[in-house]
Amino acid sequence: MSSFEKNFRRGIVRSNPTFVLMLGLCPTLAVSTSLDNAIGMTAAFVFVLVASNILISLIHGLVPNKVRIPVFIVIIATLVSIVDLMMQGFVPALSKSLGIYLPLITVNCIVLGRAEAFASKHGVLDSMADALGIGTGFGLAILLLSFIRQLLGTGKLDLFGHHLFTIPGFSENPVSVLMLPMGAFLVVGTLLALFRWMGVTKNE
Amino acid sequence: MNNLFVVFFSMALVNNMILAKFLGLCPFFGVSKKTKSAVSMGIAVLLVMLISSAVTWPIYYYILVPYGVEVMKTVIFILVIASLVQIIEMAIKRTNVTLYNALGIYLPLITTNCAVLGITFINVNQVYSFWEAVFAAGGAGSGFLLVLLIMSGIRERLEFSDTPKAFKGTPIAFITAMLLGLSFLAFKGMV
Repeated sequence: MSSFEKNFRRGIVRSNPTFVLMLGLCPTLAVSTSLDNAIGMTAAFVFVLVASNILISLIHGLVPNKVRIPVFIVIIATLVSIVDLMMQGFVPALSKSLGIYLPLITVNCIVLGRAEAFASKHGVLDSMADALGIGTGFGLAILLLSFIRQLLGTGKLDLFGHHLFTIPGFSENPVSVLMLPMGAFLVVGTLLALFRWMGVTKNE
Repeated sequence: MNNLFVVFFSMALVNNMILAKFLGLCPFFGVSKKTKSAVSMGIAVLLVMLISSAVTWPIYYYILVPYGVEVMKTVIFILVIASLVQIIEMAIKRTNVTLYNALGIYLPLITTNCAVLGITFINVNQVYSFWEAVFAAGGAGSGFLLVLLIMSGIRERLEFSDTPKAFKGTPIAFITAMLLGLSFLAFKGMV
């Protein structure tokens, strides 16, 4: 297995940012109310993560060790501003429903964590693979969450205005608590326990 | 004056940072295992929130808005918060060693706490006046401290309870957070 593939695969299951590392939970839980939000958040997140990992792995020899964290934060914040403006311009409705969680990617522990733990020590290609893997892991987790919450919380699935699927007889009385903030805690807690029970992730 | 209290209590209880807005979840699950560290973390967050709200408000309205560069708020705010945290850390280290030993390790972590950056964005989005912004930060910080304290108390007891094997540790903490959130829903009628 090439090192690109190895670094890519690691982020998806073995060190999945949401279910194993438990980092960057704020956007995952907050915007997983609909599939649209989940897809928008994943796109923004993957762009920032990949671009910041590439940039940081390019400059890691030039930045003095003492000021590296502020430098990383400024790079990430600039990238987030770019995404924020692009989304406001091209998909204003999505940008509105993501709200403050889009600019808050700046302080997402995963992005800074990968910059510090991986990109500042590895080459460009490996850092890109790592970012893509972690981004895929993040995307799969948030899609799974929003799929469950939307399906059980409203009884039907919609994707960007297109109606996909309705559970017959269920959409009149859905489990609407899942659409509330506490529903996210319930679904994540249950999924974590389920993954442990199935042996996908290890017990603490 | 009345308005300020509404802002304070709605940020503390109804729109609680952790339970309603999902901000600051990393410290919520990370340091809520012991009451002592939970209180230290909560106080540090409250302090940084208050100061950073009071500092970012004039920067936004007297520098960014007149020059039409509101788009730079993400970069500017995070830089302000990061340097503030550094200054607070140095100031506490010089003046009060006991406090520094209690809060020391939590202060650097706060730079990347989304609740702190989050409250400065909320202040801007809600078009709060200066005092409203400060009271919102106070409310958000107190709510954060309150929930962290309750959670740590529950988790200390959970250690000795007979939880199903797969739920031990973090999963049961999530379920507890859900129940806490449900009980905080009762405050909705208050404001």
